[in-house]
Amino acid sequence: MTSTSMDQTFGSFFDEIPASDEYLTLNFSPSTAPRKRRWNHYGMSADFLGDYFAAFFPGDAVPDSKINRQDTVKATVSYIANELLENAVKFSDEKVNLPISITLYLYERELIFQVTNYANLTTAEKYQGFIQELLNSDLDEFFTRQLEKTAQGSGESNMGLLTMINDYSARFGWKFQVVTKQPEVLRISVMVHLDV
Amino acid sequence: MEIKTDDYSIWYDPESATVFFRGFLRLDGMEEYQPVMNMLLEAIEQSSSLTLNLQDLEFLNSSGISMLSMFVVKVREKGNVQLVLHGSDKILWQTRSLKNLQRLMPGLKLEFS
Repeated sequence: MTSTSMDQTFGSFFDEIPASDEYLTLNFSPSTAPRKRRWNHYGMSADFLGDYFAAFFPGDAVPDSKINRQDTVKATVSYIANELLENAVKFSDEKVNLPISITLYLYERELIFQVTNYANLTTAEKYQGFIQELLNSDLDEFFTRQLEKTAQGSGESNMGLLTMINDYSARFGWKFQVVTKQPEVLRISVMVHLDV
Repeated sequence: MEIKTDDYSIWYDPESATVFFRGFLRLDGMEEYQPVMNMLLEAIEQSSSLTLNLQDLEFLNSSGISMLSMFVVKVREKGNVQLVLHGSDKILWQTRSLKNLQRLMPGLKLEFS
């Protein structure tokens, strides 16, 4: 496979993100710290993002739920940010020595997450294969199939991605770009839209 | 049987045949969940019914959800065990994700309070 054919965009990915009054970016330096410690840092950061963005929302009731709007935003952002960061780590090539970053943009009725990481060709190709399968499938049927596969312990199932889409109605876009100076490396940008 | 860290604790109470979960569980992949899985498998050997009390489990990542789904399939395979998941309708991930486990085992009982 030539490097240019790896440049791909899937789903709802915008190159130009609409202007937002409130946004926040966290960059994680490539680090030699033990993975366990870094893993804890990603979890803490996801909780921080949840608290930070929840503060923009009132604590009014949500129909058919015992959880108010502010707490719903907090828990949703925390779950999604955590899963996106976990995925970014799983799909990162540590040898590349480039950072993982996450930005959250706040709009009146929507939140947009953007996460970038750097992966090698093999990982990126596998990820693209999964995305194509997901986009060409009926979500409900695909979700059940992957859940059963996970439950049987038979390999990669990407339940993180699937729970975000199925349980939180998150809409995804992906962009894969070959890094010019390192043609064996791809920059993966994931964009997630969430109605609030 | 008990697992306790700064972030979470999990323990089995044989009298009520219940495994209690508390705190924030976001372990790094299925291997790290193996001790939890082992505890659940041991608990299920001891009784014909088992309750997982998740009411104080504030956070579970997708690897944890995968671990629960693996456990549900183990119970399904045993065939003669009643499994109850007792959740909280005040914790968002539980209201969003627990019902999916019934896709694997329609006889699974979900209780929210």
